[in-house]
Amino acid sequence: MKLHEYQAKDVFADAGIPTPASQLASDVDGVVAAAEEIGYPVAVKAQVQVGGRGKAGGIKLAEDEDEAREAAESILGMDLKGYHVDQVLVEEAVDFVNELYVGITMDRGEGKPVAMVSTKGGVNIEEVAEEDPEAIAREHIDPSFGMHPYQARKAVYDAGVDQSVARDVSSVLTTLYQLWDEKDGADAEINPLMVTSDDEVIAADAVMNIDEDALFRQPELAEMEEEASSGDELEQKADEYDFDYVRLSGNVGIIGNGAGLVMTTLDLVDHYGGEPANFLDVGGGAKAQRIANALDMVFSDDNVDSVVFNIFGGITRGDEVARGINEALEQFDEIPKPVVVRLAGTNWEEGMEILNEDLVTVEQTLEDAVQRAVEYADEVEA
Amino acid sequence: MSVLVDDDTRVVVQGITGGEGKFHAKQMMEYGTNVVAGAVPGKGGQEVEGVPVYDTVHEAVEEENADTSVIFVPPAFAGDAIFEALDTDLDLAVAITEGIPTQDMARVNKRLSETDTRLIGPNCPGLITPGEAKLGILPGNIFSEGKVGLVSRSGTLTYQVVDNLTNRGMGQSTAIGIGGDPIIGTDFVDALELFENDPETEAIVMCGEIGGEDEEEAAAYIDEHVDTPVAGFIAGRTAPPGKRMGHAGAIVSGSGTGTAESKISALNDAGVPVGDTPEEVADHIEEFLA
Repeated sequence: MKLHEYQAKDVFADAGIPTPASQLASDVDGVVAAAEEIGYPVAVKAQVQVGGRGKAGGIKLAEDEDEAREAAESILGMDLKGYHVDQVLVEEAVDFVNELYVGITMDRGEGKPVAMVSTKGGVNIEEVAEEDPEAIAREHIDPSFGMHPYQARKAVYDAGVDQSVARDVSSVLTTLYQLWDEKDGADAEINPLMVTSDDEVIAADAVMNIDEDALFRQPELAEMEEEASSGDELEQKADEYDFDYVRLSGNVGIIGNGAGLVMTTLDLVDHYGGEPANFLDVGGGAKAQRIANALDMVFSDDNVDSVVFNIFGGITRGDEVARGINEALEQFDEIPKPVVVRLAGTNWEEGMEILNEDLVTVEQTLEDAVQRAVEYADEVEA
Repeated sequence: MSVLVDDDTRVVVQGITGGEGKFHAKQMMEYGTNVVAGAVPGKGGQEVEGVPVYDTVHEAVEEENADTSVIFVPPAFAGDAIFEALDTDLDLAVAITEGIPTQDMARVNKRLSETDTRLIGPNCPGLITPGEAKLGILPGNIFSEGKVGLVSRSGTLTYQVVDNLTNRGMGQSTAIGIGGDPIIGTDFVDALELFENDPETEAIVMCGEIGGEDEEEAAAYIDEHVDTPVAGFIAGRTAPPGKRMGHAGAIVSGSGTGTAESKISALNDAGVPVGDTPEEVADHIEEFLA
């Protein structure tokens, strides 16, 4: 779960990391009022969950009321890389002499958290990591001890941060690690961490991704989740049903169990000349209602022309799956889109006895099921 | 010979009184696995499916000589359950639980490096040596005894590939689902080493997916150390960059590594053919065994 910038900044500021004065606004007058209160110049920043907002026109500087109004009008309501902008953060524009990067993430290869510092802040840090990996100092942290202050200092000095701000940057990094640790962060980043001519450091942006699996013990952050949701109606519905779901651009709907098998089903749809409409993993051990919900999800997508169900039961049982499919389809006088079912694994024979074959097309193998679903989708398009 | 597990393995099931724990303890026993105890705090003294339940893993080890644990404990408590398994010096702990917070697993990972216990998982289907024992939730009926070692990050994809192999008469020596989480115990390299040293295993299937660099590391290891022929499969070729596809690990960073292409080409460079479909993987294995 990714927090919005304004949410992450609140979390960082509460922990003592310096952030610019800012206010959230959702209409033009609100932006102007906020700017007057903060004092010009201000930055007006779209609050959507995508990177590269500046380049895409989602961040604008305003020196006076006219410019603030203009910025607000162009950003509010805009479509930014597929996301509708409903809110902007109006923020004190910081006069800086340097931009740094600091971040904490989990290094999955090492199985340990890693703290990162770079003097090449303010740009796409992934590109820096790719082209000039030496420009990012890295310090692995033992998660059972946490980050020692010397480790923060070491990363800061290794990165070549100027001595005049090294203490303050170390302190920001230490706080960032503590937050990451306490809040079950997946990533916590400040890019840029601006350095002013008075040798102050200030977090001009804030990124905080929370480990979804840990939300059960982060009730305050879980509350922010609704506000932070992506804005895509189908993806919101998937959140309600608690599915791993990704909407794609094709017309063959895909439901399966287990991420690897669902991805494989997508790949096979592509292999046989079709285009996947979505990734939907019902997860392990899905009961009948969950299966019915999955069908409801995929039927709700207007782009879907056919659906392929690929279940290979381990912890999931074929009889439950069949019951769910029947439940979902028996409510229709006419099935809205053809459904191809392939059941294998635990209790698949029981499932095949239960499954109402008048409502679906049954195939024995994954390959046949996918090809049939692609054919159906092609017929609809033709 | 078998890899990691055989019919002498003495299993304690952590979380045996829960729905999944109970169902799969029974399934494991029906398959022939020697389940000797359960461990559930507060449930000591009960019996489940004829198996005595203890409050702690320590007791299960003392009373029943358990040497292996299979963990069906809910995610909030699973990290602690793995610590408990590690604290009793078991030979092997298999964590089935999905959704354990990553930071808990980072702490487990640290502790793991200080013990001799091998961990498989979490978020995995477990492992099976057909005809001997299965530890976890794999559907036993699709497996058959044979010479193919299989290691996979995805449970259901494992079943798919096994089904393709079994249907064509190619049985398995051992199949290991290592799990799809960012931090896992046994990884591809560990499993490949086990198969390379197992005289029964004559060919290996390695199923990977987008995200992380484990497959690239495995390819380098195969190039250097593995003589047994390996065929691969990589799921997620059509996954859009930047989207999380179910598994926490399955995110393409867009920085060149971790993509299906980078994994496939690393494997190809190491002499490993990668199938476009699970059926093609079976084709490659058939050629190896011919």
